[in-house]
Amino acid sequence: MATLWMSAAAFALGMGVAIGCVLARASRFRLLRVAVRGYIEVIRNTPLLVQLFIIYFSLPQLGIRMDADTAAVLGLALNFGSYAAEILRSGIEAVPSGQIEAATALGLSKLRIFRHVVLFPAIRVSYPGLAAQFILILLGSSVVSAISAEDLTSIVNSLQSTTFRSFEFYFAATLIYLFMAVAARLLLDAVYWLGFRRGRA
Amino acid sequence: MSRVFGLGELFFIVAALRWTLALTLVAFLGGGVGGFIVAMMRVSRSRAVRIVAGIYITLLQGTPLLMQLFLAFYGLAVLTGLRLDAWPAVAMAFTLYAAAFLGDIWRGTIEAIPATQWEGAAALALPRWRIMRHVILPQAARIAIPPTVGFLVQLIKNTSVAAIVGFVELTRAGQLMVNVTYQPMLVYPLVAALYFVVCWPISYAASRLEAQLDRRGSRI
Repeated sequence: MATLWMSAAAFALGMGVAIGCVLARASRFRLLRVAVRGYIEVIRNTPLLVQLFIIYFSLPQLGIRMDADTAAVLGLALNFGSYAAEILRSGIEAVPSGQIEAATALGLSKLRIFRHVVLFPAIRVSYPGLAAQFILILLGSSVVSAISAEDLTSIVNSLQSTTFRSFEFYFAATLIYLFMAVAARLLLDAVYWLGFRRGRA
Repeated sequence: MSRVFGLGELFFIVAALRWTLALTLVAFLGGGVGGFIVAMMRVSRSRAVRIVAGIYITLLQGTPLLMQLFLAFYGLAVLTGLRLDAWPAVAMAFTLYAAAFLGDIWRGTIEAIPATQWEGAAALALPRWRIMRHVILPQAARIAIPPTVGFLVQLIKNTSVAAIVGFVELTRAGQLMVNVTYQPMLVYPLVAALYFVVCWPISYAASRLEAQLDRRGSRI
């Protein structure tokens, strides 16, 4: 299913973006910090649909072209990345500074401290927030049909325009989305219980 | 022949902002009333009522807004047998959508009030609805403000989805102007900037309100 594939790709890329953002915000360079903050604020305060339009319709004017599916995944990833960065940041702020000091005292390198002491516990704390955001992206991805990317919605659009049975097709598509959202929710909860709750004990 | 992007085009886009704001206002007010009802149902003593409200929330939060818009649009047409204007269908869909989200947010804040408040008021022999009205809701309202303001930003941004069903608001106005001027690099960033100008102060206010509430801590 194109929708699932797209959301999963956006999730993976977006997590990369988010981790990059979190690192950049802790950087010594003020310019980098300001730039990342600007990126997060701009994405969070503008609609996903307009972001997709800019990537797919505006960028070609600057000579940056890509097909609709790539643009859709990129847009979703950038969107998810900014939200995930904020969720991760609050998770990182929840890591007690004593833990970092203890790790420093053990002579761990900065990278290893970040990986083992800061990032993984932060992801664990942020997991419920990230999971909720993933569901939002899964449902929000239905707007990529507006830039002619191939997803569930666009398939239904073309079906209904050839058969004129609009209501029935949209109703069926809505049920499929509902099923995906509920299934994803259960799956993510199961992962949380198996992976994190047990790991903590 | 493409038109040049001039003052008229700029004005057209800026003026379309009023439809974005009007739709947001209708959905926020209607959704506020509906959300209050949903929240009350979710904390009801009757299990059946709680389940009904729960299903409503799951259905609207578990399906894409775009699908809800399509269903409202074509559903109303099927039900009434006539082709309606986009406006009533879109307004209805956004109101139902906002009611589900606000209802869920407010349920959370009502449940966040410690049970001792209920018990204390019950010990004073207040009837249930007076406990709700004079003890629980005033306290819940205070913690509900930041997430409610935060949802307002989501709502403003999500009205852009109405552009896909042809409702002319800010995003659709931008599309129309791109179609006549072929200047997407100019128009879409402008549209994004307009959303930003509206949303950013509200986001900022929401985070300030939240920080204020955090500082006061448990002293509600």
